Amino acid sequence: MADDILRIRTPIGIDYTWSSGPGSVVYMRGLENGKLIGRRCPDCELVYFPPRNGICPRCGVLLAAEVEVGPRGTITTFCVVNVPFLGQTIKIPYVAATILLDGADIGMQHLIQECEAADVRMGMRVEPVWKDKSEWTPSLENILYYKPTGEPDADFDVYARHL
Amino acid sequence: MALHRCAVVGVGQTNHTACRGDVSIAGLVREAVDRALLDANMTLADIDAIVIGKAPDMLEGVMMPELWLTDSLAASGKPLFRVHTAGSVGGSTAIVAAQHVMSGLHKRVLTIAFEKQSDGNAMWALSVPLPFSMPVHAGAGGYFSPIVRSYIRRSGAPSHIGAMVAVKDRTNALKNPYAHLHEDHWTLEKAMESPMLWDPIRFVETCPSSDGAIALVLASEDVADKMPGKKAWVHSTAMRSEPTMFAGRNQVSPRAGEMCAEDVFRKAGITDPLKQIDAVEMYVPFSWFEPMWLENLGFAPKDQGWRFVEDGVTEMTGALPVNASGGVLSSNPIGASGMLRFGEAALQVMGKAGEHQIDGARTALGHAYGGGSQFFAMWVVGSEKN
Repeated sequence: MADDILRIRTPIGIDYTWSSGPGSVVYMRGLENGKLIGRRCPDCELVYFPPRNGICPRCGVLLAAEVEVGPRGTITTFCVVNVPFLGQTIKIPYVAATILLDGADIGMQHLIQECEAADVRMGMRVEPVWKDKSEWTPSLENILYYKPTGEPDADFDVYARHL
Repeated sequence: MALHRCAVVGVGQTNHTACRGDVSIAGLVREAVDRALLDANMTLADIDAIVIGKAPDMLEGVMMPELWLTDSLAASGKPLFRVHTAGSVGGSTAIVAAQHVMSGLHKRVLTIAFEKQSDGNAMWALSVPLPFSMPVHAGAGGYFSPIVRSYIRRSGAPSHIGAMVAVKDRTNALKNPYAHLHEDHWTLEKAMESPMLWDPIRFVETCPSSDGAIALVLASEDVADKMPGKKAWVHSTAMRSEPTMFAGRNQVSPRAGEMCAEDVFRKAGITDPLKQIDAVEMYVPFSWFEPMWLENLGFAPKDQGWRFVEDGVTEMTGALPVNASGGVLSSNPIGASGMLRFGEAALQVMGKAGEHQIDGARTALGHAYGGGSQFFAMWVVGSEKN
């Protein structure tokens, strides 16, 4: 009976075209070639990776000089994700970490593996593990995950201003 | 420019619950509106303008519901528009509505905020992979948990603080008939055993996903003076924003939040917030944000907010009761949550908060934030004219 229908489920999909703009095309081309390329703000001289929109959010000016960053970095902070959700592509529990790449002034998000979640620490030094070169695309997913380098942890003072 | 006075003269909210399958978005909104109009002793015909707000359309999968609501709110021939500032939208919507009155433009303004989360999937909507980045995002909890970890590291707070806030808010919610969660079994010991969902955030320390709406009727001074009921006078409002990501950003205590608090207190003539504010309705979707915002808002010194929690300062019986209503931790229809804070602050100074009334509350703060802690909206309301 139609009278009984209170709710119906109607899934919606969206396909879209992404315009990278000149600011981040350098970053994407870099990834295609296995390099991590950020840009430096000509005013505050801080290095953005990724160079989002090609604009420095503090100064409002176009980012300029290309700077190769990483590949190693420091975990500033992290979350151990233990909640399942629709569309999830990574098996839980997993560590989503904010990684401050060497030479960059802002952290980026990536996955930590080859290490128990309970052993991940703020200040831990990590390095990328890349996919096979034949699978590279203009995406940060070219890096499968980051793993501990075994170097001593960075001092809190070194990354405290990035929290 | 001198501003005109503005008062909250009507407050109406729905019961908040996981799924209101018996009503559409329009029906849910109309329920809150009818209650607010009844409280103000008005009808829709008395209203000059309508301002609505809700969180991103992706959360429900219903694009531009304001088109639909124009019918159900009888907005024919009246201005109606929508405000959007992510999770803080309930707060900024109430502020825009108040500005309609404070500018002298309108005398009776209806403002509404809502979210019907059961119509969509907010966790999915907040975890959509961004192009060319690593798909590690895991909802709002995944975004805020690393920031909570940073706060704990910086402040040296012990790990039970988050659980203490959760137990307080869930217990307060038992006194609020509209709250989504009515759970009377929480103790600190049990809360500490609650599983880590987004370590260091435990399950009990997270907000629910709710269907709900709230509406406020705002009036100019001449209209409010002629009304016999209790009012909440809007002493000041403030909004601030900042980018979600920039190098060197203080993500634990965003500068925009500090500026917003300084501004809202200055305009209300408040020099010592801890002494002069009697009740706070604070946007706390994850319990650790209570000590974090206590510091950001200037109630507690840097790195000391957690001591306020530990000492019971923010309990209903404490010197600065926070979220007597049970807060976002007990009801979270996202788009409505900010206006619920503003409306609950108004109820406190009107003396109409029922069982969760703070005795003698004369001045209250309503607070909301949204996005990656990038939008802030606040108002100070009082039982007397400013």
